[in-house]
Amino acid sequence: MSTIRTLVDLLAGRRDAAALAPREWDGVIAVARAEALLATLAHRLSGAALPQPVAQLLGDARAAAAVATAQAMWEAEMARRALGPAGVHFVLLKGAAYAAADLPCAPGRQIGDLDILVARDALPAAEAALLAAGWEWVKEDAYDDAYYRDHMHELPPLIHKLRDRMIDVHHTIIPPTARPNPDAASMLDRAIMLPNGYRVLHPFDRMIHCAAHLFADGDLAGGLRNLWDFHCLTRDFQARGDCDSGTPDGALGYDEWLGDMGYRAKLWGLGPAVRRALHLSAALFGDEADYRRLSLGDRLFRARLLARDDWGRETRPLLRLAFYIRSHWLRMPPLMLARHLWTKWRKGRGAAR
Amino acid sequence: MADPAYRAAGEGALRIEPLGELAAIFDRRSQQTHLVTQPMPEILAALAAGPCDATTLAARLADSFDLDGEGDAAAILAERLDELAAMGLVEPV
Amino acid sequence: MRHNIRIAVGPVQFRIGSDWAEPVAALARLYAAYPQDETRPADATVRLYANRPWRRWLRPSVHIGGDYIVPDALPLPLSMGLLAAEMGMNLQIALGWRRHLLLHASAVARDGRSVILSGASGSGKSTLAALLGEAGWRLMGDEFTLIDPASGDALAFPRAVSLKNEAIAEVAARVDAARLGPLLAGTPKGDIRHLIPRADAVAAMHEPVRPVLLLFPQFGGAPAIERIGEGEAFVRLTEASTNYIALGEAGFAALTRLVRETPAFTIAYPDSASGMALVEQLWAEAVR
Repeated sequence: MSTIRTLVDLLAGRRDAAALAPREWDGVIAVARAEALLATLAHRLSGAALPQPVAQLLGDARAAAAVATAQAMWEAEMARRALGPAGVHFVLLKGAAYAAADLPCAPGRQIGDLDILVARDALPAAEAALLAAGWEWVKEDAYDDAYYRDHMHELPPLIHKLRDRMIDVHHTIIPPTARPNPDAASMLDRAIMLPNGYRVLHPFDRMIHCAAHLFADGDLAGGLRNLWDFHCLTRDFQARGDCDSGTPDGALGYDEWLGDMGYRAKLWGLGPAVRRALHLSAALFGDEADYRRLSLGDRLFRARLLARDDWGRETRPLLRLAFYIRSHWLRMPPLMLARHLWTKWRKGRGAAR
Repeated sequence: MADPAYRAAGEGALRIEPLGELAAIFDRRSQQTHLVTQPMPEILAALAAGPCDATTLAARLADSFDLDGEGDAAAILAERLDELAAMGLVEPV
Repeated sequence: MRHNIRIAVGPVQFRIGSDWAEPVAALARLYAAYPQDETRPADATVRLYANRPWRRWLRPSVHIGGDYIVPDALPLPLSMGLLAAEMGMNLQIALGWRRHLLLHASAVARDGRSVILSGASGSGKSTLAALLGEAGWRLMGDEFTLIDPASGDALAFPRAVSLKNEAIAEVAARVDAARLGPLLAGTPKGDIRHLIPRADAVAAMHEPVRPVLLLFPQFGGAPAIERIGEGEAFVRLTEASTNYIALGEAGFAALTRLVRETPAFTIAYPDSASGMALVEQLWAEAVR
């Protein structure tokens, strides 16, 4: 069995960690690191019978992840201190949201930049408040700036001058130029206020965003981690329902909530992404994982998600390239893509001369 | 100019270790280390009695320190409070 | 990968894979006498690879990869494959190790107590440690020293010493030629030659040692010693640590304890002999 399949099985809990040969861990650890899943694995296996060096390394990973999570959540706190007095409401997205809501996928999950969602008409106030509180533009480049403002779903990235951490201020969850068109205003309306004062997306929107991020906005780099997030989000919702918001959605049966979320996703053109995420997360992490029932298209995605060898190296370069081109195709209409790549290329040449 | 009030970090949030003439402050919330000089630790200690502005802080510190000239002290403390707020160690109320 | 080797240095078990036989053969010679446990899973993976298949043979250039990578790192010619392996191992530790506070410092020990020498490259910390290691001290490491947050002890990381430029001749004059690796001339870091630590230093690599002196050497100028305060030592060592921030409170506790319990000095010295004499002098005062 391939090493990355072993990692998937360990995460899914369908393989006994104690039964691995000592040297099988070499590859599992390298692959988990490459997929940014080592600390997640460490949490899944805490308490398992492991070879002592593995137990120690996973203990290190858990401790380091706790520090990293606290550091990342401090950025959310700093954003709250900057945006609160300016009257800008924001919703935490992705890793920071999972940590704030204490979701099952949060322990050990890496959080990169702070991603927040604000109403489109609040962008100028958000920008001004962040600049006043010590954030600054990462690059002062006119082309990139105009590109971001015109075509992307976020402000150009800001970095804090003292803490050296980035914030991405989104006004919708995927680029407006991409074909699906989620309704950010509706997402903001349905956002949930947590007891700790942070806002996060409604569980349905969280799952839709996760699926959109996976399949409608990217080349699937880091896809296995995102698929694991999706799996945990759906599991958590099935187990707890919509308890964060106190509404009785939790009483819904599986098919009903699936239908409810599916309706929302479909409305926004994200039905296929959500369906694919459901198929693949069930096939990789589900109780009755069976990839043979996947469609041909889903199998290609599965192959891309598992394209890594036991040295942590990327494999299947052509498949990777295909997904890379697809990701740009998804973000931009073809003519704009050509213009974008042309400008990047010219700038690259200019720098090389 | 307005004299804004600040609140200290919650109990147990900071670990303060004197290092010679400096103090190293570890903030458990941010996981950041701050190296500060006197009177920063004293300000943090005085603020722990409850949120206050620079003028009130000057009065609190005057009980234990020899501050020359009340007006000057409040202005200096206002600057220090602003620096502490930038580090996230205190928060405007 | 096609060629690979496992090496344990201090608490770290490495797995190094290579597209070429030469770097692995060179590592095998340098680390032949290090303890081996073939069943122990690796803590860190290093990859030396050609980024195009034909680059294995045609103007072969060695890219450095592994669990952690530096995105724009330039490849090295195959003749410097050993340096690529060394850089790859350093990189994994610098970016990935979380069990101990990692100091970019050399260290030597005597009687269960250690001297930690921290300084930028060019400070002579490696050369001083290598020479002291041949003069009655146990060499703990020329590049990294690990501080155990639980005990405050220093732990050794005695990789093969990387001798550079003038230090090569200086050390070669005192050791058996069998303990030297091949001369790597004209690398981006100058001439490099590796020194295999003495067998007793390798045998003792798991023994923790209490730090008793923190030194910040500076090569050049008249011999001078200056005591520095706890705060300054703290700042210098946070700058010399690649994982201080990542360790959170454990790193903070380890470092405040280290600078409180260990006297710290800057030393300036014009040549190795006077540098070694200053270390001996401060040692004698510290253990008195």
